[in-house]
Amino acid sequence: MSSLRSITLATLTKDIRLEWRSRDAINSMLFFSLLVVVIFSFSFDPNAEESREIAGGLIWVAFLFAAIVALNQTWARELRNQVLDAYRVSPAPANALFIAKALGNFILVSLLEALMAPLFMIFYNLRALGPAWQLIPVAILGTWALVVNGTFFAAMSLRTRSREIMLPLLLFPISIPAVQSMVEATRIILSGDGSARFWIVLLLTYDVVFTTACLGLFETILQAE
Amino acid sequence: MKSGFRILAAVTALLLVQGFYEAMWVAPTERTMGEVQRIFYYHVPSAWTAFLLFFVNLVASIIYLVRKNPKADAVALVSAEVGVVFCTVVLVTGPIWARPVWGIWWTWDIRLTTTLVLWLIYVSYLVLRRFSDSAQTPKLAAVLAIFGALDVPLVYFSIWFFRTQHPQPVIGGGGSIDPRMLHVLLINWLAFSCFAFLVCWARYGVEILQREVDEIEALESLRGVAR
Repeated sequence: MSSLRSITLATLTKDIRLEWRSRDAINSMLFFSLLVVVIFSFSFDPNAEESREIAGGLIWVAFLFAAIVALNQTWARELRNQVLDAYRVSPAPANALFIAKALGNFILVSLLEALMAPLFMIFYNLRALGPAWQLIPVAILGTWALVVNGTFFAAMSLRTRSREIMLPLLLFPISIPAVQSMVEATRIILSGDGSARFWIVLLLTYDVVFTTACLGLFETILQAE
Repeated sequence: MKSGFRILAAVTALLLVQGFYEAMWVAPTERTMGEVQRIFYYHVPSAWTAFLLFFVNLVASIIYLVRKNPKADAVALVSAEVGVVFCTVVLVTGPIWARPVWGIWWTWDIRLTTTLVLWLIYVSYLVLRRFSDSAQTPKLAAVLAIFGALDVPLVYFSIWFFRTQHPQPVIGGGGSIDPRMLHVLLINWLAFSCFAFLVCWARYGVEILQREVDEIEALESLRGVAR
């Protein structure tokens, strides 16, 4: 147990330090989602009432696309110098590596959301009519839903041709219920009609089911070579 | 083996002809929908067959992960391919029926959406198999099949929250159906299942042969290198 924790922490701090020094992923994600915000704003040009209805969809689609950038480079780094092969033959538990990578992506995407959410609020003139604090659990559960499967499928697509395009093709169909829950919950909270509880519970279920599945099957994926 | 295949092919042909005849002329015309309702005898059997094949795919994938039996993997591949074809038939015949009856081609209803998502998941499964050419493809595909199966109930619940427009399932859904219609439906389902099984059988033979060829070619090229 302690080895699991220490290996997870070591991998996580290494990844964060690498990202902090280069800032490649976060910068491209930020710029990418900024572009999405601007393009959506031009294409729809909504008034305040309409933007409450569509903002949930816009925000999460922007974050979903931006998250692909972070997810795609998750494992690419480990392929250089055969780091992943070294990991495979070491006695370290496979799940420690997976948890570290998923947490790293979670931190990265959360940071992106924290920086981009205010911009969305300004550009779309948003003000929540429902209980705004509920957006926090929606954001946490939703982000985890995207990154846990994203990290897993990124590891899967390592073994395929044109892996950068493979990841969204695998991730998007499986993520449909999660994306729908996030979008609906956000829409309900922003427009203040009804309760978002059903969607939050569904997101939580999604997270629990797929986190368990990922932890159970990651060893198989890591050893597949 | 070969004669079994021929017998099944003959039986399937007979059943398909009989099913077509009954669906077109024997089954009574539905009172409100009229003739267009007859597409039901193709739509519903295709759906049942597709779901059955996806279930076979899941079971074969789990067996492959546990036993590492390459034959289970071939079964998984074949059932997914044929399942996608039948699922496509469902998704095409549905709107053809819905347009005159509901007045719309498509709606985000629970059964429509779940079927569409299922179709998307299995298309991504086939794309993965196509894009991955290492010896580990079966393992990755089997894992994806399990993820897909976990996803389906979640999709179902997420749409269940909206009002559902699709007619209630005719069997075990509280709906009622004329026994003559039920008879035609079941004949067609039997015919479609036999047809699906026949196609799977042929495709399985091709797949096994293809793998043998690949193996021999790999061995040949190794020998060439050694020489």
